[in-house]
Amino acid sequence: MTMPFYVAPEQVMKDRAEYAQKGIARGRSLVATVYSGGILFVAENPSRSLHKVSEIYDRIAFAGVGRYNEFDQLRVAGVRHADTKGYAFSREDVDARSLANVYAQYLGQVFTHEMKPLEVEILVAELDDSPEHDQLYHIAYEGTITDEDGVAVLGGETDAISDRLRSVARRDWTLDEALAAATTALAGPDRVLAPEELEVAVLERGNGRRAFRRIDQAELTERLEQRSGTRRPARRRSVPQADAGGETGSQG
Amino acid sequence: MLTRMSLPDLPRGPSEGELPANLRHGTTVVALRFADGVVMAGDRRATEGNVIAHRALDKVYPADRHSAVAIAGVAGPAIEMVRLFQTQLEHYEKVEGVALSLEGKANQLGQMVREHLPLAMQGLVVVPLFAGYDVSRSQGRIFSYDVTGGRYEELDHAATGSGGRDARTSIKLAWRADLARAEAVELAVRALYEAADEDAATGGPDLVRGIYPVVAIVTVRGYEQVAEDEVADRFAATVERLRGGNRR
Repeated sequence: MTMPFYVAPEQVMKDRAEYAQKGIARGRSLVATVYSGGILFVAENPSRSLHKVSEIYDRIAFAGVGRYNEFDQLRVAGVRHADTKGYAFSREDVDARSLANVYAQYLGQVFTHEMKPLEVEILVAELDDSPEHDQLYHIAYEGTITDEDGVAVLGGETDAISDRLRSVARRDWTLDEALAAATTALAGPDRVLAPEELEVAVLERGNGRRAFRRIDQAELTERLEQRSGTRRPARRRSVPQADAGGETGSQG
Repeated sequence: MLTRMSLPDLPRGPSEGELPANLRHGTTVVALRFADGVVMAGDRRATEGNVIAHRALDKVYPADRHSAVAIAGVAGPAIEMVRLFQTQLEHYEKVEGVALSLEGKANQLGQMVREHLPLAMQGLVVVPLFAGYDVSRSQGRIFSYDVTGGRYEELDHAATGSGGRDARTSIKLAWRADLARAEAVELAVRALYEAADEDAATGGPDLVRGIYPVVAIVTVRGYEQVAEDEVADRFAATVERLRGGNRR
């Protein structure tokens, strides 16, 4: 007769947590911050089509880091949850808190009952009518849910990024200020992140029913350059400008 | 030759005759292409038998950013179909990251009408009209349907509902491919006026309560509902012209 090895539950949980943390830390980070006009998401992501930040519902956005297939599955489940709820009841009954709870339940369930925990960290954000009431729910791989106060950082080396961003963050800053600070915080002291390495999106107040908007390369380049004052003419010309071309002109 | 099926051609279901006569019906909706896209308009009246059940019913809805859907038939299931259609388009767009093509949206709506056929055979007919701006072709396009879910692309204009014929005739007489926005709105409004003039189940402008048809425009910039004031002005202009014609 064979005896199964006894492994203490503490050890099992520790191993799983370590496994998940390692997986998440391998990926690149993401930050979200509240600004005067809404909520800004900045992710380090060289891909233009595999998104880390997406729309869930009218005023709710989703962001994930870690294994793409795993958080994308969560994203789709969230869209379905929100759309079903909005269709069955009313659009205003769809809220981030309830969705974040569903995610937390699921992640907790997988963490304790499955062989492999999900190697993801996700953020559910909801826009309100004023920056004071904007909500950021940060959900970790084991289902821990945190109601973040204005700034959320997901992924590896979160402490360093979070310190850098929190030291300058204000709820009433403008989009350009928030964008510059978020980019600098993500990059750290030794690097400069180019617009091509970033994925940026916002939940914007006054953007109509669907508040989610992606900031495309052209606009991002424009905004980052305007802020830092550095211009890269060769590269800028190669980016087709949709509109608002005159804005950087005043910078001289 | 292909014929479109209308309800009287269909074999009737077992519950025919048991249906209450007081179902709410929606009535005349029109769509026409103009220089920048499409205009869609619908009257506001719902009837239950010979009673006016509702005076301010919306029959034109945004389907998504670049398309509009209008309904004729029994109001309850029609409005429900629109709600489901809107949800489906948005759901697809969010899950896939890109919006469906206009053709894809039109086919999807056709499928929904087809699934509704058993109920249509029992009298709960829903016949939508779909129009939108095709971003890939840079032009407005219009699709009409029959109760079987048949989807037919219309060249320039379409109308459906009990007053559809009258509306279509008046559009036909004045339609041009290069209509400007204001002209297109006026033509749609005029068509609805003519339909209301001939069809008891189509509501005309309600000057007492200030209720006017819903007119929507879809262009490259997206769906936009024409302000009620503007519709009222167009009506006033139309009425003025008609009156002038009578005096002469």
